[in-house]
Amino acid sequence: MSVQTIVAIILMSAGGFFLTVSALGLLRLPDFYARTHAVGKSETLGSILILSGLAVYNGWELSTIKILFILIFVLIANPTATHAIARAALRTGLQPWVRKQQQSNEARRK
Amino acid sequence: MSSFLLGITIFIAVLTATCLYRVAVGKTIFDRIIAAGLVGTNGFILLTLIGFIFGRIDMFVDLAIAYALLNFVVVIVLGKYFDRGKEKQP
Repeated sequence: MSVQTIVAIILMSAGGFFLTVSALGLLRLPDFYARTHAVGKSETLGSILILSGLAVYNGWELSTIKILFILIFVLIANPTATHAIARAALRTGLQPWVRKQQQSNEARRK
Repeated sequence: MSSFLLGITIFIAVLTATCLYRVAVGKTIFDRIIAAGLVGTNGFILLTLIGFIFGRIDMFVDLAIAYALLNFVVVIVLGKYFDRGKEKQP
């Protein structure tokens, strides 16, 4: 195997790991805002790692420039979309999740 | 390398299928929107990988660009549509 292939395999394995973390976070975290945390960061990092691995594997061609265009677009657009949804939820009045003890403390204070 | 590509494609496809649980069940509408955005992002990564497996990357990368742009527009528009906050006073 050439050096190019090995670098591509390392990058894509790291990307697969971060996509796994993001899917687990989306399924297991307790609250909408915590889930935006999983989707906004891990998903973006996993996507750009996998796409950069594919770009390294492809070599210098026209397709590589298109893959790099997708990469830069994801890097800008994915956190923006997550932020827009989180802002809409906050304006609609969705309350963040708190622990049971903290909840009872806040109730006592009121 | 081709077997590695096939393996990571199947792995990401299984991950995307598990994320569909949050689209179906999600407690609020925003959970569903954000899970649908994740499924779309994983979708165009899968599309690029499938292009490498079939050896037709010059065609599939254009489809992936279209999916990425549409996914972003859909999430932004849904966020605007379900935003029930008060309008700002001028």
